[in-house]
Amino acid sequence: MLSRSAANLYWMGRYLERADFLCRLIDATVRLASLPASHGGAKPAWEGAIRSAAVENSFRETGLPVDEAHVGWFLALDPSNPSSVRCCLEAARHNGRAVRTALTLETWEAVNGAWLEIQRFGTGVPDSSTLVRLVESIKAVLLSFDGAAARTQLREPTYWFLRLGTTIERADTTARLLDVKYHLLLPRTEPIGGSLDYFQWTTLLRTVSALTAYRWVYRDAVKPWLVADLLIFNRAMPRSLIACYEDAVWLLDQLAATRGRRGPANRQASAALRRLSENDIDALFQGGLHEFLTEFIAENNALGDAIADQYLF
Amino acid sequence: MYGHGAFGSDSVRMPYARVGDWLRSSSHELMETRRQQAELFFRRIGITFAVYGDPDASERLIPFDIVPRIIAGSEWAKLEEGLVQRVNALNMFLADVYGPRECIKAGIIPEELVLRNPQYSLAQVGRRPAKDVWVHIAGIDLVRTGADAFYVLEDNARTPSGVSYMLENREVMLRLVPEVIADIGMHGGLRPVETYPETLLDTLKSVAPDSCTGEPCLALLTPGVHNSAYYEHSFLADKLGIELVEGSDLFVHADTLFMRTTEGPKRVDVLYRRLDDDFIDPLVFRPDSMLGVPGLVNATHAGNVTLANAIGTGVADDKAIYSYMPEIVRFFTGRDALLQNVPTFRCREPDALAQVLDKLSELVVKEVDGSGGYGMLVGPHATKAQLDSFAAKLRAHPEKFIAQPTLALSTCPTLTDAGLAPRHVDLRPFVLTGADGVKIVAGGLTRVALKQGSLVVNSSQGGGTKDTWVVDDAILDSFDPDAL
Repeated sequence: MLSRSAANLYWMGRYLERADFLCRLIDATVRLASLPASHGGAKPAWEGAIRSAAVENSFRETGLPVDEAHVGWFLALDPSNPSSVRCCLEAARHNGRAVRTALTLETWEAVNGAWLEIQRFGTGVPDSSTLVRLVESIKAVLLSFDGAAARTQLREPTYWFLRLGTTIERADTTARLLDVKYHLLLPRTEPIGGSLDYFQWTTLLRTVSALTAYRWVYRDAVKPWLVADLLIFNRAMPRSLIACYEDAVWLLDQLAATRGRRGPANRQASAALRRLSENDIDALFQGGLHEFLTEFIAENNALGDAIADQYLF
Repeated sequence: MYGHGAFGSDSVRMPYARVGDWLRSSSHELMETRRQQAELFFRRIGITFAVYGDPDASERLIPFDIVPRIIAGSEWAKLEEGLVQRVNALNMFLADVYGPRECIKAGIIPEELVLRNPQYSLAQVGRRPAKDVWVHIAGIDLVRTGADAFYVLEDNARTPSGVSYMLENREVMLRLVPEVIADIGMHGGLRPVETYPETLLDTLKSVAPDSCTGEPCLALLTPGVHNSAYYEHSFLADKLGIELVEGSDLFVHADTLFMRTTEGPKRVDVLYRRLDDDFIDPLVFRPDSMLGVPGLVNATHAGNVTLANAIGTGVADDKAIYSYMPEIVRFFTGRDALLQNVPTFRCREPDALAQVLDKLSELVVKEVDGSGGYGMLVGPHATKAQLDSFAAKLRAHPEKFIAQPTLALSTCPTLTDAGLAPRHVDLRPFVLTGADGVKIVAGGLTRVALKQGSLVVNSSQGGGTKDTWVVDDAILDSFDPDAL
């Protein structure tokens, strides 16, 4: 397949995943911000959202107040913020249109539909109920995209490049989200339960749609180190770092099989997966969670570069 | 009794009778619902076109009219014969003007009109494309003025577009009115158009360069997503099962064309290019073009890649050359042209210019190298001020214009806000020429001027499209005139 097409598909996957993450982040932050001020209040909640989305600098430049309406607008609808849901969906559709022939009608209709849907919300500052409706409807169209792609795309490089973009972006967003909240995840000696931080952890879990999953996996109260364990080391959790890397290794192996040889990207992904497998949450806390995440994010970016090199993007 | 007026008159042609039954038995609400379904379908699959210079409409739908345009099989057969003759003549003309120039020596056409024509490509002089085919894909614009009277309005021999509408309009009709099509099928049948991609694929493969051994690798070159016909490019690449490439996906090494793939460079043997000559190779044509491929022209001259259409075919569809087509056809085929030319004033000739200026308000004036209905004057519909300013342009650069009388164009019933009404239509069949001759799919793009009385059918100027039905004559035998 054309290298440009591979790049378009990979980035379409990344942009759609980023849009999905932003929607979940807004959703979870709206809940967190609605708690009484004694539980933290709205401003810190939205500040956390800005950090999690890695847009501190560009938001500061707007000079807007940190509140639901403005941060929500900036993250969801601002046409001049390249990391807004709107811009991600536009970029994804643009990439999709450039590889229209590689997509099935259903997949194309879904990505086209996502762009049509976000346009319905305009570009003005949304009120609360509009923001919630936006998040719900975009989450739904993105689920329909995943369904269309999974049901109708041929299992060939087209699909694998698309999924590879999704996987790399998902690993990146999960790691960033954990890093923003890492200080809340450190094990404590004081008794837990009823802590103010409880709401922070549940927010974090909600952002990755994992609150229910947590209870099924651990059958325990929400404890910070278990939250970290779930999102880093649990293979059954689709957004965990290790699950993302299992996917990445598998997808890169499929691509390698079609061209008959593995490359640097295959080796990097396999090595990262092996390191994750040999690690565990106790060892990780001893070495420093923040240091681990910083290194992981850098390695994940390097893997993205290696994929681009290997397939001549 | 819907649409009785439109179908009850004497001007209605017989093949419409069966469709007339359908229209008459359908309520206005049902027709409007069908129209909306069609539009929704087009919107969902993303058939759009861009209008240059209109930032708010970078993706717009071409209006679709659900009343098909019908051509009887016997009429089509004559048309087809004329098209084959004309496209053969175009190919022979191109081989001649870039080769021995016999038609110029014989005085068929003035030398300067060919050699000084901006579309005449010096890069092609003395060159012969693979199998000596120059125009692989031609779109011949026709209008009908009476029974069996088709005039050629324009020959499009560069990168004609619109074939995706021929195919998609049929798809929509099959979804909207399957019962009508089935009924026609029982009475002799509607000729299919869905064989077009396969015929095109065979055509392109047949002109692979001699140096290509094994299965030729084909690709479709598009200027990119911002091009007005991008939808069609991706649609065709998909139907043909070939890569849709942009200039940046291609490179030339050792006079051979390659595309950049995830498995490394892959050789391309035939390039169906939807990019004009000017942009195709910055080393030969416009040096500022980022859309083409440096070295591509050399690769074609080395016989390592075939371009479809060949470079320099624009000289054959120039509107000044057009006026000589009857002579050109006779010279190269030895027979009178079966398809008529619209009488044309060549404004470059002083006598003709004087006549044109004299009766400007009765004529249609076109730029010789214009397309898409831009830069055109429709005399009978122009204001005094428009006529005056156009007359000034004509005096300043007479060689840039030709003028033609307005024809008594045939109309076709069309769904409007006020119900069915006659609207002017034209027809663009797509003519394919490969190593083994000329092939035409029975159908084409019918464009309709949606404004009452308007003669301009271009999509960029508010025209719409219709499905084109070539039906076997058997349907005429079952026609009962009293039913109308």
